[in-house]
Amino acid sequence: MSLLIDHISFKPTEEYHLNDVTLNFNPGKMYTILGRTLSGKTTLLKTIAGLQTPDSGSINFEGADFLSVPVWNRNVAMVYQQFINYPHLNVIENIAFPLKQRKMEENLIEKEVKEAMEKVGLIGFELRKIQELSGGQQQRVALARSLAKKAKILLLDEPLVNLDYKLREGLREEFKKLFSGSEASNSILIYASTDPLEAMQLNGDIIVIDEGKVLQTGSAKDVFENPATAKVAEITNDPAMNINKGHIQDNTLVMNNNVQIQIPDQLKSIPNGDYQVGIRATDLYLDDNGFSFDVEISEISGSETFLHLRNNDLKCVATIEEVKTYEANEVVKINFDKSKIYLFKETGELLHSPYQQ
Amino acid sequence: MPKLYTFLKYFFVILWACFVIAPFLWAISTSFKDFNSVTGGATYIPWLQFEPTLDGWSVLFKPGSQGGINIIGPYFNSIFVTLTASLISIVLGTLAAYALSRYTFKAGFVKNNDITFFFISQRIMPPVVLSIPFFLFLSTLGLLDSLAGLILVYIVLLMPIAVWIMVDFFNRVPKEIDETALIDGCNPFQAFFKVVLPNSVPGMLVAGLFCIIFGWIDFFFAFILTFTKVQLLPVKIVALNSSITPWWSLSAAALVSVAPLIIVAFIVERYLSKGNLSGALK
Repeated sequence: MSLLIDHISFKPTEEYHLNDVTLNFNPGKMYTILGRTLSGKTTLLKTIAGLQTPDSGSINFEGADFLSVPVWNRNVAMVYQQFINYPHLNVIENIAFPLKQRKMEENLIEKEVKEAMEKVGLIGFELRKIQELSGGQQQRVALARSLAKKAKILLLDEPLVNLDYKLREGLREEFKKLFSGSEASNSILIYASTDPLEAMQLNGDIIVIDEGKVLQTGSAKDVFENPATAKVAEITNDPAMNINKGHIQDNTLVMNNNVQIQIPDQLKSIPNGDYQVGIRATDLYLDDNGFSFDVEISEISGSETFLHLRNNDLKCVATIEEVKTYEANEVVKINFDKSKIYLFKETGELLHSPYQQ
Repeated sequence: MPKLYTFLKYFFVILWACFVIAPFLWAISTSFKDFNSVTGGATYIPWLQFEPTLDGWSVLFKPGSQGGINIIGPYFNSIFVTLTASLISIVLGTLAAYALSRYTFKAGFVKNNDITFFFISQRIMPPVVLSIPFFLFLSTLGLLDSLAGLILVYIVLLMPIAVWIMVDFFNRVPKEIDETALIDGCNPFQAFFKVVLPNSVPGMLVAGLFCIIFGWIDFFFAFILTFTKVQLLPVKIVALNSSITPWWSLSAAALVSVAPLIIVAFIVERYLSKGNLSGALK
């Protein structure tokens, strides 16, 4: 009873939108597609919905070919990043639309619509016009419409990205509740996001995608601890993991002429050579005995400060756990948490993770 | 400073309004005058300065044998031709525009934009260029001097306007709305009729307004493609000769001919000012 995507490629122009994507989705689970803007997330969702036909490959759902089924017979639901509703209908009519289209009985429709409205907290707005609702409410209508359908596949394309911060946090919590309910157990939920934090919070299986290619699949914990490549490490961290060239020589990790780190025990087994060195912004810290870096930009985010640092050609971002203003070109002393260093091969594959046993 | 600005603003708006409205007032007052009032110097206020009469208006409806100009036939011809041609243009234009906005067409080097331009290019040529082809075309079909022939020609003239306005309108409607309709179980036809069309009424009203205006005011083709059997209002009015038909009747005829446009404009304006055009779709 699962959805199998088998070697799907889609190349409408010079560039691949989907490049040989093979994935397996099981009902009752939540999947988060994590990737940057234009990485192919929306294309993948649209392909599953049937709005786009891939150039090659096949999709199989519940044991039958899915590509030959037209969109309107696929029984999927989709919520877009933009708040897409039917402006000529009021809230109730919007939510009932797919059910009416399915020629469901009137009293059944009424019941389903009411249920869906309760779930997303729209009671009291039944007869409002869509234009009279706020953005958050409009997105709730879209969500209620997709829930009322009880579709076997629910696709959510960055549904929270156009909402303000507070609403986003609130709705995300509700999402988790909604989709962990008992009835969610027989539908497949696929959530596309650009935000690593959101992906981690939703705590489903994560599919990392970039330039139309699936780079890694796995649990949130797994992707966080053991990113398969340097690219994955960049995509799944915000701010992106610092990836810099470096080489190991005689037990010293040389980043450039100034920044040279005595390597810790767990890296001793790694042979000399050129590598890509990865370290999270949160694993850099202020230390009077550290290396000198020039501040390029500093930005305050909530209770933290992001420092964009530079030492000759070595650039990195550090997250400082306090709010402080730094002048541009101010010199700060920064050290690396040696136990949290990742090493990737020059080609990008993970060689060493601090979480490896 | 703001005071001066407000003063100037209203001053010029009122000045412009007078400039636009004065001829109408002039025509209205003239249409209710008789020979003595018209020739007896400038008078403006009825009952005080001149005695209003309906003579000028009654001439419009009398047949020619009784010294009238019988405007009713041409009037209804014009209404029928304009409305039919506009309606067909909007229906065809909306369908064409939707297809051009949503589907990709390609035949050699011809793409969507070229097809849209082809429609609009029909309006680039001066009408004179089209007169001989249209004349030969209608004479071959045996439709010269007939309402059907005029409707056919007006469709050619009006549909580009409808296509142009509607393509622009549909391009602004997010295609995700169509996609959502498809996902919600509509086939492409249902998606168009149940979701896209009900949300396109404002665009169609604007297109309709333009079609009706351009159809109603056309003189050139109405003049060239008709002879004796069928006559449209603009031709009828231009043919009136001031040495035969008195000024007051000419004024009444002119007012009658612009009345439908004013009514249509009022209806559409009501609808547009409710904000239904801008707010319907983001």
